[in-house]
Amino acid sequence: MTAKLTVVRAGALTTVQDAGRRGHAHLGVPRSGALDAPAMRLANRLLGNGPDAAVLETTLTGCALRPDRPVTVVAGGAPCPVTVDGRPVAWGTPVRVPAGALLDVGTVSAGVRTYLAVAGGVAVDPVLGSRSADLLSGLGPAPLRDGDVLPVGAPGRQPALPGAAPWPAPPAELVLPVRPGPRADWFAPAALRTLLSATYRVSPHSNRIGLRTEGPPLARAVTGELPSEGMVLGAVQVPPDGRPVVFLHDHPTTGGYPVIAVVGEPALAAAAQAAVGTPVRFALG
Amino acid sequence: MTDSRPLDVRPAGRHALLVELPDAERTGAFHAELLRRRAAGTLPPVEEIVPGARTVLLDGVGDPEALARRLTEWDVPPRAADDGDVVEIPVRYDGPDLAEVAALWGVTPEEAAARHASYTYRVAFCGFAPGFGYLTGLPGELHVPRRATPRTRVPAGAVALAGPYSAVYPRSTPGGWQLIGTMPDPAPLWDLAREEAALLTPGRRVRFVEQTPAGGAA
Repeated sequence: MTAKLTVVRAGALTTVQDAGRRGHAHLGVPRSGALDAPAMRLANRLLGNGPDAAVLETTLTGCALRPDRPVTVVAGGAPCPVTVDGRPVAWGTPVRVPAGALLDVGTVSAGVRTYLAVAGGVAVDPVLGSRSADLLSGLGPAPLRDGDVLPVGAPGRQPALPGAAPWPAPPAELVLPVRPGPRADWFAPAALRTLLSATYRVSPHSNRIGLRTEGPPLARAVTGELPSEGMVLGAVQVPPDGRPVVFLHDHPTTGGYPVIAVVGEPALAAAAQAAVGTPVRFALG
Repeated sequence: MTDSRPLDVRPAGRHALLVELPDAERTGAFHAELLRRRAAGTLPPVEEIVPGARTVLLDGVGDPEALARRLTEWDVPPRAADDGDVVEIPVRYDGPDLAEVAALWGVTPEEAAARHASYTYRVAFCGFAPGFGYLTGLPGELHVPRRATPRTRVPAGAVALAGPYSAVYPRSTPGGWQLIGTMPDPAPLWDLAREEAALLTPGRRVRFVEQTPAGGAA
């Protein structure tokens, strides 16, 4: 028999995430998946899970769960206090949670998203090959609510990764390497210079769809409407207010605002952990 | 290409290319050629082939520069009008904006319905929501603007017009398109039990079949 997790406190926004859905963008299906994918994979490796086993992605305030059987978990990504029945336990390394005990993943001390992985993975039914919750289109499991019960898969036999895990610290300043995007020529010559020299800040309107920024607006050279075109993960799209938006995993598959630059995918993990107000710089790279 | 205008291949990050074409027709032909070559095994691995209105995005490409050089050497045949399988969408022309659209077209609502159902459309691209296809095929003089104020809720199955496009809403969402009719059972538009969940996939042709209020064909 495998364990079940009862959600005692869902937190501000907790979703099931894995590596996401590939190959369906032409049908309007976003990629979705864990925003800090390296954190998800490291948490899974520490438990002997496959790298892309489904985990829980929390937002700022964590979550609390009660397993009906003993489970082994790792909370990683954004650092936070973790307790079992009120007693502090380790963050970032495997923790055994007895049957019926209350596992509480607390409010982050830095960063945004803590990943809670469980040995065996979160075993909700996949949709189009993924268990990820896609908040743009509503595919996959809905965000957790208090009282939900989550199935856990059978733990694997491969040994867990030993030793201390190298969890990167959330960024005090987010530096995003970019290459010019497909519509860089839709902007005034000064716009790319502004993008590459100004300091932006993470906007409170950021979410799983995009990292929104506050800072100097980027002026367009071509003012017409852009016919809808495919959008990549990491696209720096510029809506009419001129403030760049970095597309994260739940981004729409097609869009009608020009993309001035594209952020390399490896940098998006740090973007997922950049709290509201964090300075953001874009650098050619 | 059959005319001499080259493809405009634009960078889209380390693993993607955005290919821009002169018009919707050649975009469709280029997309069809990509799918043919992928099926034949002569296209390098590409994770996503995402058509847009005038573009095709190739994402998840190992060597975008090498692929870009190959693309410019392709001879892409125009797409035959009867290329692609046909999907029939039953419609009751009972939408709240039918009278307004008919007035814009200068005809009666009944004539507007018959006219909309008289064309064969093609799915140009998807977006907005899973299974939401943008259908081209309406002649230019029948293009209508979006509504000035979007509706907070458009019901699933709504048959709608905006600009050059027709569409059928696969699910209830907010929307700013002009609603001219209803697909009585919209469930087939997005069916996760099917091999391909979307019914209206890029490249498919679409015919709207008018239903009488009693449910039969008009």
